Order: sequence, then structure tokens, then C-alpha cells
Amino acid sequence: MNEIKQVKGTGVPLLLDDIDTDRIIPARFLRCVTFDGLGEHAFEDDREQDPKHPFNNPKYQSGSVLVAGRNFGCGSSREHAPQSLMRWGINAIIAQSFAEIFFGNCTALGVPTVTASAEATEKLCKMIEADPQLEIEVDLEKMQVTAGDFSCPVETVASSRDALLSGQWDFLSLLLENKPAIQKTADSLPYMKQFA
Amino acid sequence: MTAKQNLFNKVWDLHNVGTLPTGQTQLFIGLHLIHEVTSPQAFEMLRDRGLKVLHPERTLATVDHIVPTDNQARPFQDLLAEQMMSQIEKNCREFGVTLLDISDNRQGIVHIVGPEQGLTQPGLTIVCGDSHTSTHGAFGAIAFGIGTSQVAGVLATQTLALSKPKVRRIEVNGDLAPGVYAKDVALYIIQKLGVKGGIGYAYEYAGDVFDRMTMEERMTVCNMSIEGGARCGYVNPDQTTIDYLRDRPQSPTGKAFEKASEWWLSLASGPDAEFDDVVVLDAADIEPTVTWGITPGQSIGITDKVPHPEDFPESDRPGIREAYEYMGLEAGQSLQGVKVDVTFIGSCTNGRISDLREAARLVQGHHVAPGVKALVVPGSQQVLKQAVEEGLDEIFREAGFEWRAAGCSMCLAMNPDKLKGREVCASSSNRNFKGRQGSPTGRTLLMSPAMVAAAAIKGYITDVRELEAPVGV
Ligand code: SF4
Repeated sequence: MNEIKQVKGTGVPLLLDDIDTDRIIPARFLRCVTFDGLGEHAFEDDREQDPKHPFNNPKYQSGSVLVAGRNFGCGSSREHAPQSLMRWGINAIIAQSFAEIFFGNCTALGVPTVTASAEATEKLCKMIEADPQLEIEVDLEKMQVTAGDFSCPVETVASSRDALLSGQWDFLSLLLENKPAIQKTADSLPYMKQFA
Repeated sequence: MTAKQNLFNKVWDLHNVGTLPTGQTQLFIGLHLIHEVTSPQAFEMLRDRGLKVLHPERTLATVDHIVPTDNQARPFQDLLAEQMMSQIEKNCREFGVTLLDISDNRQGIVHIVGPEQGLTQPGLTIVCGDSHTSTHGAFGAIAFGIGTSQVAGVLATQTLALSKPKVRRIEVNGDLAPGVYAKDVALYIIQKLGVKGGIGYAYEYAGDVFDRMTMEERMTVCNMSIEGGARCGYVNPDQTTIDYLRDRPQSPTGKAFEKASEWWLSLASGPDAEFDDVVVLDAADIEPTVTWGITPGQSIGITDKVPHPEDFPESDRPGIREAYEYMGLEAGQSLQGVKVDVTFIGSCTNGRISDLREAARLVQGHHVAPGVKALVVPGSQQVLKQAVEEGLDEIFREAGFEWRAAGCSMCLAMNPDKLKGREVCASSSNRNFKGRQGSPTGRTLLMSPAMVAAAAIKGYITDVRELEAPVGV
């Protein structure tokens, strides 16, 4: 797996709270057996109802750094949500806060998710709206976001940061390494032996 | 295990395989439940890497989300649903996992099937690619939803990489008033602590109200932990838990059951247990509760008025206004009298036999209001069978309800049961998100199944405590 240290790209401003995963990818698009093709349906219903939705705006079509509000990705555990954002072209998300399952899913896909203050996210969104071509850099080493002459500190979960920086965000390989320890834990649990 | 440890920490420690280089815990998983929506890509990941399922005997699959609840003839009319169904059948065959498909009388919503079969037990770690896995915490298990990449990890290693959350004890003391149900307790807790309040926490539910609740009621509350931001919620195992588990198909038997019971009880948080946070609520403050917005935290007691945006901190107001606009409601209005087009009784929150019994008791002798489409969808085939044995299906049909086969149905939009246009639905499910019930503009009001039954009869939202018994009953 590749090490993910910095992600650079233009921004997409979406400063709303409590954006749930049903909105990111409506359930009818979960009728599939692969994640292929989910990208084009990201925020489909929101886009339909709001012509001004940032995902409709030609200015942001090449944006890859999403800036969001509080509790982003709440609700359903569907990995289809980060998959659809990733396939749309989003490579990093800066939000005021994240829902936990969504956060973990993003890390497992190699999409850095960092939190910044309300002030910083508001400022970033204003800057993106003023200049959609502005390059934004999410730096996981420095734990900082930079855009033009603006920069602000960001936070994330230490284990997620370590995993991305060291290229170990594909947890499956890590988990597979500890077979004997897994067996030992299994043997110590009374229910594994049917309480015999 | 020390006296100061709460149940969560005891169970966590017992399942701790070790610390990963990323600092997370590698946690052993006692029971892995899977369904057709979030598993196909996980099995594909296993195939790609040439991996097997490590503990197929600790894994159980069922189908629920895409299952049609009226015409169940195969192949399904929805070809995408048929494809998903064939895929899970193929995957389970190939990897040796037991599948309860629609031809099996144990099939149903995954969170109803696990407890009903006796697979959900205290002291287990339970995961499923589904956020309402928190339901299983009712037994004193650590149970939470995971993403598809993690499903692949659990299939291959029976473990998961996770950071330990903090634990908040939520005590609800005193007595619930008549007409106030477990669903109201769940909605009230989320209203008080917020939809973000539980982020980073596991919730321990305790106090008089939970001590007295049946297992089914505990499941309703634990189910909605995730709507309050908590990935996991649990109730300590007690005699009620043990009585429920005795003689279930997959429960231990004989001596083993006695040993198991002893172990289960030993895991409960004791009087000296420590918590990262404690919240105490009074049962007397809880009314029949209904949501008015587009998150499960946006709710009021049925005798209250929809709040004004000014009642909230400034940063919340845009979201509140967005909710009013979407719902077509106004600040200061009552929810009583809001007309409904559809009513839905079912889902993993409220699709169990006790929910159907209570709703049937209320609708007996009444009739669904003209123009209202009223659905009753049992959560599993076992619930359906029990309801038919008790004649509940007849009561519902006579009252003008549609009686359906088991599945997720109108809880979400993956099967033919959907809202149309801007229809308003009184629903016993768990999410009132925009578009959740299948129409991108459809509107959902969450409430207890009893309140849904009352809305079906009246044709509008009403206080279930005022539904009079029909003459002659
Ligand atoms: S009933 Fe609803 S919440 Fe429960 S598993 Fe099915 S879709 Fe998910």
C-alpha cells in the first residue's frame, strides 16, 4: 500500500451539519454487487433538488478536497458512501467533525479525514468559493491544511494518521499477521468451547 | 476483571488480541452477522487475495434489505435485487457460511434473527456491516456496525482493528407513564444528548426503566444508539436476559447453560463500576415522542409545539430551517393533526412480536382512515408465525392494514416498498433522513408502533393516549 502524506487538490465547499450517508449515496444505488459506478450517484437526490448544490456546480467538478460541517457521514455504515465520494474524485475530507463508522471506512480506503475548527472550515469555504482553482493541501505529517496564504492546524485520530503515513491503511494485512495471538484469544473464551 | 470495570471494558479486555502498529486494538469477534447489501464486495476481496473465512461457524448470513414483502417469487422482479440474492447464495455456499434465505423459516432482519435464534449472547463481541448492530447490545454484548472492508477483515481473521471508546452510563429512573414506550425512551435520549452526543462513546443504559424492560424493549433502545452517535449501546445482563435465552435454538443447553449464565452475570457492571461520564434522566419527563425534522434528534413530546430556530444555538439554525422547509412544518405548530399518507409498523427497531401485539391491541375494532396506506411488516418469519398463531394478522387485516412478509420493507428504499413524492409517513423505524423511505422528497415522522397505529386509524398524528376504545370492545 502506498504511504499517504500529503493530498493536494482544489476544493469543494459543503458546509452543512449532519450530512448522513443516505444523502451521500441514496439506498437505491446500493442494489449492486461491486462499488463500480457509484461515483456518478454521489449526492444524487440532493443534487436533483438543489441546482446550486456544490456537486452540481461546474466550478467544483475537478475538486478533490471536500470541506464539510459537523457530524459528516452519520447514519448507515454503508462503505458505499466513501466509495462513491472517492469515485467521484474526492481524495481528502476536512470537516468540523465526523461520524465514527464513516471515519473508519475512509481510512480503510486511504482517504484522509481531518477535523478543523468551525472558523477554519468557514474561511476555507469562502476562499474556495472566491477561487475554485485554489490549491488546498492536507498535510498529515505537519497536521496542517494550507490554501494560498492561509493555513490552519487540523486533527485526526492518531491510529488513522499512523496507518496512512506508514502505508498500512489496508488493515487486512495487519490483522492477518497475528494468527497465533488470534487463536490464543479464541481459546480463552468460554463460548468458543460452548461452555463445556 | 476488577470490580471497578464496567461491562464494556471487561468484554473488551477479554477479546483483546493485541495492539497493532497503528496503536489500535485487534479485537476478536465472537459473532459475525452478514446480509446481502454490504457483503458481496467483502467476499470479492477475499477471492482477490485467496483467503478463506476463518470461522464460518461464528458467521451467519441472512437476507433482509432487498427482500420484497409482497410477491416473493424468484426470480425477483427487480433484477438487481435478484442479482444480489444470487450473489449472497453463491458466496455463502463457496465459503461455507450458513445462509437463512427466504425459503428458510428463520429468515428475517439480521438484528431480529440473531437474538431470536439465541446467537446473540452476553459477553460476545458482535459485528455486522450494518449500523444497527448496536441492537444486540441489549444482551450485554459489545455490538457495532462496520464497513465492508472491515467485513472482509472479520471474515478472514475474525478480528477487527479498533480504538477503544469511552463509556457513558445513561440512567433512566422512575416510572414510564402509560402510553410511553421503549421507542419514546430512545427518541428522548437522542433529543436530550443530540445526534452527535455519543460520538466516541459506548452507551450503558441502566436504571429502573431498563431494569424493568423486557429484552425486546431493551433491543429497541440499543438499536437507536447509533442515531445518537454512539456506535454501541448495551444493557447489563440480568435474570431477564437469562430467561430470554433459555431454550433458544442456539443457546447452550443443560449444564452448559448454567455455566454460561454464571459467566454472563459476572460480566455486568457492578455497583463500584467506573464510567467516563454519567447522565441521569427522569422517566416521568418522557412523553410519547415524535420527530419533526430530518435527524432522529429533532423530536418533541406529543403535547409540545415544534420549536423555534431561535431556541437553538446559532450554529444549529441553518439545519433547523432546512428541516422545516423539507418537512413543510412551521415553528410553533403542534404535530397533532399533521395528516399522514402512509403508516409503517416494522423494522429492526420495532418489528418484533411485542410491537405487533401492542399495535394490534390498539387497532382492534377500529379501521384505517380513508386514503391511508397502512403496512405491517413482521421483522422475521418467526415473528410472522407467532403473530399468525395469535391471530394478530387477522386483526390487522380487518382493520384495513396490509399484512406483509418479513423484511426491512419501508425502513429504507432498497425494495419495492417506498414512499411516493412528498408523502408523509408515520413510521416505527429509526431514520427520518431526507429520502430515507424511497422518495427523494418523502417525509418521515418517527414514533412508537402504538403511535403509528393511532395515526393510521385517525389519518393524522395523534396522541395514542387519547385513542378511545371503539364501542363494543
Ligand atoms: S430494518 Fe432498517 S435499519 Fe434495520 S437493518 Fe433493515 S434497513 Fe437497516
